Amino acid sequence: MRANRLGAALAVVLTVTLASCASGEPADGTGAAQSPTAAGSGPVKLTYWTWAPNMDKIVAVWNQAHPDIQVTVSKQAGGDDAAAKFLTAAKAGNPPELVQAEYQHLPSFIAADAVADLKAETAPVKGEFTEGLWGLVTLGTNAVYGIPQDSGPMMLFYREDLFDKYGIEVPKTWQEYAEAARTVRKKDPKVFLGTFSSKDPGAFTGLAQQAGAQWWSISGESWKVNVADEPTRKVADYWGALVKEGVIDDMPYFTPEWNKALNDGTLLTWPSAVWAPGVLSSNAPKAKGKWAVAPLPQWNAGESHSGFWGGSSTAVSAKTPHKAAAVQFATWLNTDPQAIGLLVKEAAIYPAATKAQSSLGQAPDYFANQADFWQQAAAVSAGARGFTFGPNVGVTYNAFKDGFDQALRDGTPFSQAVQGMQDATVADMRKSGFQLAS
Amino acid sequence: MAAHTVRVRRPWGVVPTGLLLLGALYCLFPVCWVLIAATKSPGELFTTSTLAFGTGFFDNVAELFAYRDGVFWLWAGNTLLYAGGGALLSTAVSAVSGYALAKYRFPGRNLIFNLLIGGILVPSVVLAIPQYLLFSKIGLADSHWAVLLPQILHPYGIYLARVYATAAIPDSMLEAGRIDGASEGRLMTRVALPMMVPGMVTIFLFQFVAIWNNFLLPFIMLGDDGKFPLTVGLYTLLAAGANQPALYNLILTGAFLSLIPLIVLFLTMQRYWKTDLSSGAVK
Repeated sequence: MRANRLGAALAVVLTVTLASCASGEPADGTGAAQSPTAAGSGPVKLTYWTWAPNMDKIVAVWNQAHPDIQVTVSKQAGGDDAAAKFLTAAKAGNPPELVQAEYQHLPSFIAADAVADLKAETAPVKGEFTEGLWGLVTLGTNAVYGIPQDSGPMMLFYREDLFDKYGIEVPKTWQEYAEAARTVRKKDPKVFLGTFSSKDPGAFTGLAQQAGAQWWSISGESWKVNVADEPTRKVADYWGALVKEGVIDDMPYFTPEWNKALNDGTLLTWPSAVWAPGVLSSNAPKAKGKWAVAPLPQWNAGESHSGFWGGSSTAVSAKTPHKAAAVQFATWLNTDPQAIGLLVKEAAIYPAATKAQSSLGQAPDYFANQADFWQQAAAVSAGARGFTFGPNVGVTYNAFKDGFDQALRDGTPFSQAVQGMQDATVADMRKSGFQLAS
Repeated sequence: MAAHTVRVRRPWGVVPTGLLLLGALYCLFPVCWVLIAATKSPGELFTTSTLAFGTGFFDNVAELFAYRDGVFWLWAGNTLLYAGGGALLSTAVSAVSGYALAKYRFPGRNLIFNLLIGGILVPSVVLAIPQYLLFSKIGLADSHWAVLLPQILHPYGIYLARVYATAAIPDSMLEAGRIDGASEGRLMTRVALPMMVPGMVTIFLFQFVAIWNNFLLPFIMLGDDGKFPLTVGLYTLLAAGANQPALYNLILTGAFLSLIPLIVLFLTMQRYWKTDLSSGAVK
């Protein structure tokens, strides 16, 4: 909690200051971190900012095989602060050559001219990724701003043992999910089927994507913002009604009471992403082997859609004189079978490359009871759809937290909070000077 | 009547003590919480009662020390360098400047002093990003100096030193020294500074704690995780990405261990502090 608040404050401080000195700072590109370049004299040295665990071990393999391109890993704190820090460094003229960029932050990097267009270099590997993922690094334009590394298709995690106990079928549609929520409350008033978190815009974004939302799009030079579109309002109203009815809890994810509920069986499901086993195994170690996974419930029976929560790409700094070397490394890291094998094993990521997704073998330890875990994930991943993120996702996400906090507190309709997100996003983009198409 | 006054006064006499106890509880409870939480194994952390001790303290410590080949020690060393070095340099600069401002009259003295007072009002957080941009320009960003240098000039420390020097060093003593033929440098090192030691200890402690806890400045300045202090380093454990289990038990243990040097420092320095203050009182 404290860290979140600290992080939020940090992000605000950084962005405010950045915005205020955006025009005053000539970026000369001769940063201290970059070694002077002379063709052929010694190896190219690259710095790589990432927060994936054990990345130094993976990079060591590359360094061994490529004495002329030496990569140094600088392990950073992840999340919104990492994006703000990279933007600050880019503005000051000494960014790292390579940076781990979450899909939702990539547009802000592009808007600040901080990352390079890799279209020519990445053309051969485009086919390694699904169209949905590739769209996240192109924003639907002709340019390519990063190479997808990991992805977070959403699935439904549920307590298999307690589903049996309460006699609930795994819901195939959101209607069935709502019915199941009511059944659970009737059978045991201490237990909830699920909870709606007003602190996790990423989860809500994924659910909106599943419903077919398109929050941003680019046409020519101008942006179209449609956060309060019909699918998003549908998702918001669905959860709003369930919370109001009292059959879905409203405690946020990643809090001590949520952890406790995961452990003691008073919370039965978590619509989350493929990385959930990591969270569950650390926050609910006692419930190991009791959770199972299924595709997300659908809006219409028979469909197989999902959304993304999380995931990141490797981007190359716009200012680097070593672009070719940096792209070579980023391509290796995210498409070479050996590298991906290491990413999966050492960094525990869910790879973005399609082939790698289908070749994952043994289920995560926490899900030892579900041998087909990765097969399920690959199937869900194929039907997952994302959307183009805008250049000010941070603002939209903050508006989500403010709006839904208030909606939960005052019992106002969730669709009103969605409208608040739309208004805040548009106002901020206008203020920052983006062209908006009406 | 007498009984009446006694009865009225007694409860009021308890109030300050009660308030202080509340204050102590308010300050010490989080420390106790960290201590208790640091003893819990990952399995116990979210399942056992908040105030019940766990059984995993030594496992946590061993795991923390083994994390990324003992990077914790590197971060601890960095913190010690930043806090110890920064506080020493800052104390030296503050003492000399404060002494000069208190005991010499020169043109611009009041201007400098007023600027310093103004500097106290500017929170250092606001300066972190401009400082980062400046350090980037001169090529010092992402170096140890980037964290050390901005902490050395500390307006509040200079202010304290000046106030302390004014009160603690009688002008007549300096005059006596001058008549005896001591140079100004000798006067400062042999007469003035020894008398300012309690004040300097205060400044040192202030700065040491401030730098030890500083987060934003090193967070912005440093890109290389080998130069991180504990605060920023532990933060990388907390925000390790969504696909990672957050290493809560290591963070809590790390936070607890990083408190110990501060507690030790305060307990030892406090003695030093008290003797000097009381010896002054007797004279």
